[in-house]
Amino acid sequence: MNLTLKIWRQKNAKAKGAFETYNVEGISPDTSFLEMLDILNNKLIHEGKEPVAFDHDCREGICGMCSLYINGKAHGPDSEITTCQLHMRKFKDGDTITIEPWRSAAFPVVRDLVVERQAFDKILQAGGFVSVNTGGVPDANSIPIPKPDADESMDAAACIGCGACVATCKNGSAMLFVAARVSSLAKLPQGKVEAARRAKAMVAKMDELGFGNCTNTGACQAECPKGISIAHIARLNREFLSAKFKD
Amino acid sequence: MATLDSKVPAGQLENKWGAHKAAIKVVSPGNKRKLDIIVIGTGLGGGAAAASLGELGYNVKVFCISDSPRRAHSIAAQGGINAAKNYQNDNDSVFRLFYDTIKGGDYRAREANVYRLAEVANSIIDQCVAQGVPFAREYGGLLDNRSFGGAQVSRTFYARGQTGQQLLLGAYAALNRQVAKGSVKSYPRHEMLDIVVEDGEARGIIARNLVTGEMERFGAHAVVIASGGYGNVFFLSTNAMNSNGSAAFQCYRKGAWFANPCFTQIHPTCIPVHGDQQSKLTLMSESLRNDGRIWVPKKMEDVKAIRSGAKKASDIEEKDRDYYLERRYPAFGNLVPRDVASRAAKERCDAGYGVNETGLAVFLDFKTAIERLGADVIRARYGNLFQMYEKITDVDPYKEPMMIYPAVHYTMGGIWVDYNLMTTIPGLYAIGEANFSDHGANRLGASALMQGLADGYFVLPYTIGDYLSKKIQAPKVATDTAAFDEAEKAIREKIDKLLAIKGKHTVDEFHKKLGNVMWEDVGMARSKESLERAIVEIAKLRKDFWKDVYVPGENGEFNQEVEKALRLVDFLELGELMARDALNRNESCGGHFRVEYQTPEGEALRDDKNYAYVAVWEYKGPDHEPTLHKEELHFEVAHPAQRNYKD
Amino acid sequence: MKPPFIIGSSVGRKFVMSISGAALVLFVSFHAVMNAIALISADAYNWVCAVLGANWYALVATMGLAALVFVHIAYGVWLTLQNRKARGSIRYAVSKPNEGVAWSSKNMLVLGLVVLGGLCVHLTHFWAKMQLVEVMGEHVNSLGLSPQDGAALIAFTFSKWYNVLIYLVWFAAMWLHLTHGVWSMFQSSGVSNQTWLPRIKRIGNWWATIVMGLFALVVIVFYIKSLI
Repeated sequence: MNLTLKIWRQKNAKAKGAFETYNVEGISPDTSFLEMLDILNNKLIHEGKEPVAFDHDCREGICGMCSLYINGKAHGPDSEITTCQLHMRKFKDGDTITIEPWRSAAFPVVRDLVVERQAFDKILQAGGFVSVNTGGVPDANSIPIPKPDADESMDAAACIGCGACVATCKNGSAMLFVAARVSSLAKLPQGKVEAARRAKAMVAKMDELGFGNCTNTGACQAECPKGISIAHIARLNREFLSAKFKD
Repeated sequence: MATLDSKVPAGQLENKWGAHKAAIKVVSPGNKRKLDIIVIGTGLGGGAAAASLGELGYNVKVFCISDSPRRAHSIAAQGGINAAKNYQNDNDSVFRLFYDTIKGGDYRAREANVYRLAEVANSIIDQCVAQGVPFAREYGGLLDNRSFGGAQVSRTFYARGQTGQQLLLGAYAALNRQVAKGSVKSYPRHEMLDIVVEDGEARGIIARNLVTGEMERFGAHAVVIASGGYGNVFFLSTNAMNSNGSAAFQCYRKGAWFANPCFTQIHPTCIPVHGDQQSKLTLMSESLRNDGRIWVPKKMEDVKAIRSGAKKASDIEEKDRDYYLERRYPAFGNLVPRDVASRAAKERCDAGYGVNETGLAVFLDFKTAIERLGADVIRARYGNLFQMYEKITDVDPYKEPMMIYPAVHYTMGGIWVDYNLMTTIPGLYAIGEANFSDHGANRLGASALMQGLADGYFVLPYTIGDYLSKKIQAPKVATDTAAFDEAEKAIREKIDKLLAIKGKHTVDEFHKKLGNVMWEDVGMARSKESLERAIVEIAKLRKDFWKDVYVPGENGEFNQEVEKALRLVDFLELGELMARDALNRNESCGGHFRVEYQTPEGEALRDDKNYAYVAVWEYKGPDHEPTLHKEELHFEVAHPAQRNYKD
Repeated sequence: MKPPFIIGSSVGRKFVMSISGAALVLFVSFHAVMNAIALISADAYNWVCAVLGANWYALVATMGLAALVFVHIAYGVWLTLQNRKARGSIRYAVSKPNEGVAWSSKNMLVLGLVVLGGLCVHLTHFWAKMQLVEVMGEHVNSLGLSPQDGAALIAFTFSKWYNVLIYLVWFAAMWLHLTHGVWSMFQSSGVSNQTWLPRIKRIGNWWATIVMGLFALVVIVFYIKSLI
């Protein structure tokens, strides 16, 4: 396959960015999208040009590092996958592919296609945990948890923190990310204990960091590589509001 | 001059850890506040250690190369974590877990360490449940288990096919709690480029801020290396693209001895290589072998028909299939340990029965399980893995069997540590995959998570106190000393030198060449000739690299090529060290298979008389042969025998 | 002092949208039923108009309603401005619609403004000729009708084809606004879960369709009557 790539290039956070156009040739349809970028970068280096910076790591869809906005879609034109799981067979020979970084005020560009997502860490630091120290905990089987609850908790816990929800949301809202953590822990007796405090602290931090207000478009759910449902956002709203009304 | 004192406490195996804990010193809360600890890496080992040390009251600085601690490659572990809870009433016990692990490691691990690992494993499960890890449960609300290779009991706890992710998110959450409290400071996108040793003790690190390229100095009273394994020396592996051996290798350069570097685990169930544009290999969880059956056709004509596309796997009749693991190892069947399963796959493919175009693939088939349990049950158990497989290969594994082939997955070797997990440099610790201690020559499935968390939550936080109790009078470590100056200067020079070469080949091109040498000559089947050849070729490649590599851009910026080049510099030496170690070890054991040493049936032939030791290597400078030291292994309880998975 | 959560928190602000929206949905539903009475009997309809004339409770309700509309719009604009800021200054060069995401959900402000425009027209057509006239102490409106003769006012207004057109467009916009708004208010106030989410969406769609269908029916019936 031969392809034309329009890629956002930006030297650093302060520099002004712009699109550059490149061509790649002889790409196998079985190649992954990131391998295609590897090939481009190898070519650019040989031409004495700077390679395109992009975040990636595990390349099997679980670390949440890869974060490209491809042809107008977070993680590209396939459902429930990360960029690294996207394969070139989803494109046609001769296609023009536009590749952009995540766009959100809370995710500043570091270089080219790399953005900073430390805002997510900060939200979780505000309360995305169960306050137990190492040691001194009860036996794992001392509290039975109904299987449906454990399953629903796991559904939400599947979040990989990639930020596609924020990237695709027209409001730049991080509600699905926050909801996934709040909901996952609220569904378990271990997490229920401090559910109210957690919901309040995480929402407050999310707001403080400049994420937008959720307007229930559901775009986050449509682009989430792990298919996390906005029903978890409803639970976050419930947890938050009931906590506030109890105050 | 370092010596190899394993510091294994005296006494009965089952009493050692308890007695040791009682004997070692502790640091009072008031003094902990005055002590600084650096943790390199935020996977299960590093994340758990940093969180636990922070909880104890130490000042912790934790570093990771990714944009968030949550990206560490522990996240990709799929299948599960072992513990001897005996929740299934199948006669499991701490002793059985210990015994399986020692035997699975082909009797090349330290007994006392492995027993301690088995002992604390139960606490890990309790801890993770308390943290809100959503392990799989039965309808009664209690925890579910499944089986893994090398065990005849069901002791593996799991969270769908994302156990590593869930455990890591638990450790990461504990870490976040400490960051919020201020006891841990997190440094994402920072790469440790050197360890600073003063007066023979670890004093801190030099790290490169990967966003700005600036060098930053950090001092501490102790440094913990939890940077994972070095499987990426093979270029193609199941490791994440950024996984590297550099932090560990800098320690080796500065005087920490390196143990059993040749012990590499080749995982039997990975998606086969599809072409030369491939950047990494994807693992299909070992848990699939609970229900999947591995086979190749019995008849060569069927093999040819499948390769040409004339027949599909599902067209081959039951009687024409060779379920070779069930045939060769009736007692364990498809759940033999990884090294055994990998070699068996290689044996069939070498004999010409490989089922894809390259001849390097076997089938992993769920037909029987789907008939027995229904597609829905299989979907509930492995849905995400099946989906992952289909996304990569475009083949629906509910209809056609998966194609799999062995690939590099884990490195059992690592920095040598004593019973306290301290390296030969006082104040420098190594935990998780970065050390060598618990898995011998082969790691059992679902044991890496166990070891990382055991070290991080329950071992290091105790043992590090013994060392730090001697440091309570020590002032803050100054970073404006000659040792720090020198270390930083050396790194700057190294980077400048790399940037100045401006040769004709990219870092990746050299890495691929190295990977090729490693896979062909230091891979699944090693021989004296291949290893000697590898040593020569790697040395040549290293020379070429320093003459002809092209690293674009500058140091003072976000520059991924500089990162990769620095890591490859270390791989180019580490690869040679692995070959030397493999050449020294004139026996086959676990993941280390020397073709000269095998039984008539093709099983690994160990030499307990001459090689029941840990090979520990001391760095002697670039292009100098390292010195070999030996830590003799004593088996008081689990007496070495040929591993038998047949009956 | 920190502002209360209905101002200071994103979830709180959405809760205000949800509650004000819910009240407006109830009002619109009541209004639809009231209109339907005009289809059955002009006298009955005029009786309702009389009840809702310049009585103290009707006036209080009217002011409450106006306040709700104001809050709903003000919050809507405020949220949109915040969200634009959160989106960052650089936008995507290429953007494709997300699968399964309703157009209306992404255009609630635009739809809301169309609804507001329609409301202004509607108020001049009806409220200004009914309750307002009474409040001003007059007994006859600009058309020379009694301010309580709602039936005649309907008949007059919907005899003009352009009014019919304006109203139908208005109803369509309101229908779109409601198809997103109804389930959204449950979502924002946390009254939803995995099982009920699709059900609430369906209920919301039916609700919006029935309510707006009733409105449209009245307009069309009176237009047809005017032709006969």
